[in-house]
Amino acid sequence: MTNVSIMTFNILSILPILILSGFGMIVLLVDVLSSRRLGEKNLLAYISLIGIILAAIFARSPAGTTLFSFNESFAIDNYSLFFNFIFLLSTGLTILISHSYIKREEINHGEYYALILFSTIGMMLMAAGADLLNIFIGLEVMSISIYILTGFKRSKLISNEASLKYFLLGAFATGFLLYGISLVYGSTGAINLKQIASFIASKGGISDPVLLMGMGLIIIGLGFKVASVPFHAWVPDVYEGAPTAITAFMSVGPKAAGFAAFLRILITAFGSAHDEWQKIIYILAILTMTTGNVIAIAQTNIKRMLAYSSIAHAGYLLIALVSANDMGVSGTLFYMLAYTFMNIGAFAIVIVLSRKGDEFIQINDYAGLGFKHPLLALAMTLFMFSMAGVPPTAGFVGKFYIFSAAIKSGYIGLAVIGVINSVISVYYYLRITVIMYMKEPTREFAPLTISPLIVAAIAISVIGTLHLGIFPSKVMEIAQQATLMLK
Amino acid sequence: MLAYLFYIVAAITVTTAVYLIFEKNPVFGALYLIQTMVSLAVLYILLEAQFVAAVQIIVYAGAIMVLFLFVIMLLNLDIGEETKNALPYQRIPAILMGIALFTIICIVIRSKLLQGKQDQYTTAFVQGVGNTKLIGNLLFTEYLLPFEITSILLFVAAIGAIMLAKRKL
Repeated sequence: MTNVSIMTFNILSILPILILSGFGMIVLLVDVLSSRRLGEKNLLAYISLIGIILAAIFARSPAGTTLFSFNESFAIDNYSLFFNFIFLLSTGLTILISHSYIKREEINHGEYYALILFSTIGMMLMAAGADLLNIFIGLEVMSISIYILTGFKRSKLISNEASLKYFLLGAFATGFLLYGISLVYGSTGAINLKQIASFIASKGGISDPVLLMGMGLIIIGLGFKVASVPFHAWVPDVYEGAPTAITAFMSVGPKAAGFAAFLRILITAFGSAHDEWQKIIYILAILTMTTGNVIAIAQTNIKRMLAYSSIAHAGYLLIALVSANDMGVSGTLFYMLAYTFMNIGAFAIVIVLSRKGDEFIQINDYAGLGFKHPLLALAMTLFMFSMAGVPPTAGFVGKFYIFSAAIKSGYIGLAVIGVINSVISVYYYLRITVIMYMKEPTREFAPLTISPLIVAAIAISVIGTLHLGIFPSKVMEIAQQATLMLK
Repeated sequence: MLAYLFYIVAAITVTTAVYLIFEKNPVFGALYLIQTMVSLAVLYILLEAQFVAAVQIIVYAGAIMVLFLFVIMLLNLDIGEETKNALPYQRIPAILMGIALFTIICIVIRSKLLQGKQDQYTTAFVQGVGNTKLIGNLLFTEYLLPFEITSILLFVAAIGAIMLAKRKL
């Protein structure tokens, strides 16, 4: 009989994860125990929000330190804290915009909130994972929750189709990722990112074809999760079919988590093999930006347009990944935060305008919105300007940092292609504004049913977009501190 | 002796896997798959990984295959008819890419660059402690966090199965 000594770990490092999983289970229990008396289920949304706020408070406490726990496999540094903040923000905003939406669509089940909380756990694990195993498990927790949430409108065929498509392709991508991880483990004998890095450094770079293949397969797996071209085929259909609130969540949270893992794996573990992966990401970035922006022009459905726009934004973020300098990393963090505000804001407005049985998602449906609901149109205009990268909005500052990072690393051609793509994107973003203000309404606007929670979400998004656009320096400073510890 | 056993079992594995692909009757296909899984378990034993072999038989040959057969019986699948090739343009590229992948794998295996972690887990050490005990130790010490998070993963999957499949919520 031998004793197994469980190693010591800092409970603070996983406290946000513990809180979220606890609250996820509380939501499920409250749902079961009170389902008859509590017809409206408002309580569940509030419980989830309390969980998120508590997790955010405790996630903040170790700021400024670098903590490795669980045998160096779990890293709490400013980098993962910044990403945790983005995840919690996007989860909180999603719950705010979901509350009235899921009631209207009659998919108001407690599992909805629980799954959103669980997927946030997965994202946190991905951002903080300092070994490939943790990153993989985090990715699975996140993905499986979102496959289910995509199919949450069980009676709608389009939602079922989206869920099945996402699940099958996602499982395939997971296979690539896992195969890559196993090849990396086979050739380096380590799954810890730092040990992989020191192994590669001791060999003076990657010469082993097995290791190269493993790295390539990991890039495919994560490239699928962040929706980069050519692994993007699922995006438009899944974004269109999923419940709109989940589309908003999906375009922000998992994308941020994918980039968190992408940056940490490529920069920490394969940092000395920069020349090898930089070429792949370079081509991916150009393909992703251009395909996303060009196809977005032709869309008539606003959810599909935002899907292609989300592909294009993944392309801009890949530019930051190529440059792989501190400015690129802090640029990614800043851009992801800005994208959270503007994208969830835009989807919130789509949700406000939609009604049961009428999604109201054709772009022409927005004609005349500027006269009928001037405040909503103004907010939508702001989000569209921000996504196009017009100053003084958050999107402009984010793009500025990312393109500067590319120039600083000497990728001037890439920065130029990025700027050209931004110009292309102005066309389809501004088209919505033009339609809202300069066209006669083609159809009646029904009286809006606005809940205070969704108003709060739109207000937070507007304030965030403007604040990051006008006073970016404070947040940028935090983002810069986050990058120091990555290597 | 062991080398001969390896070649025999490996040949069985590959042959049954090929039969599985070309078999038209789903029940026979499932049986070939069971044979493939069991042969893989034998290969694991040859690699001194008895625990993995046992898990392979219990989980794959046992649980998952029973599930497969249940689905086949419940859906009452007939012997597959000649279906029209839905992806005619992918056929030739798929064959070419398959050959390319096979070539790459062969090159990689021949280059003998695989160098797994050897330091403390030598065969003698593993046999001294015992396979199962060693894995159990590692799961509760070094890999405690992923092990625990897996419980959330399974929980989420259970919620999903109920959520998407239950007739009335």
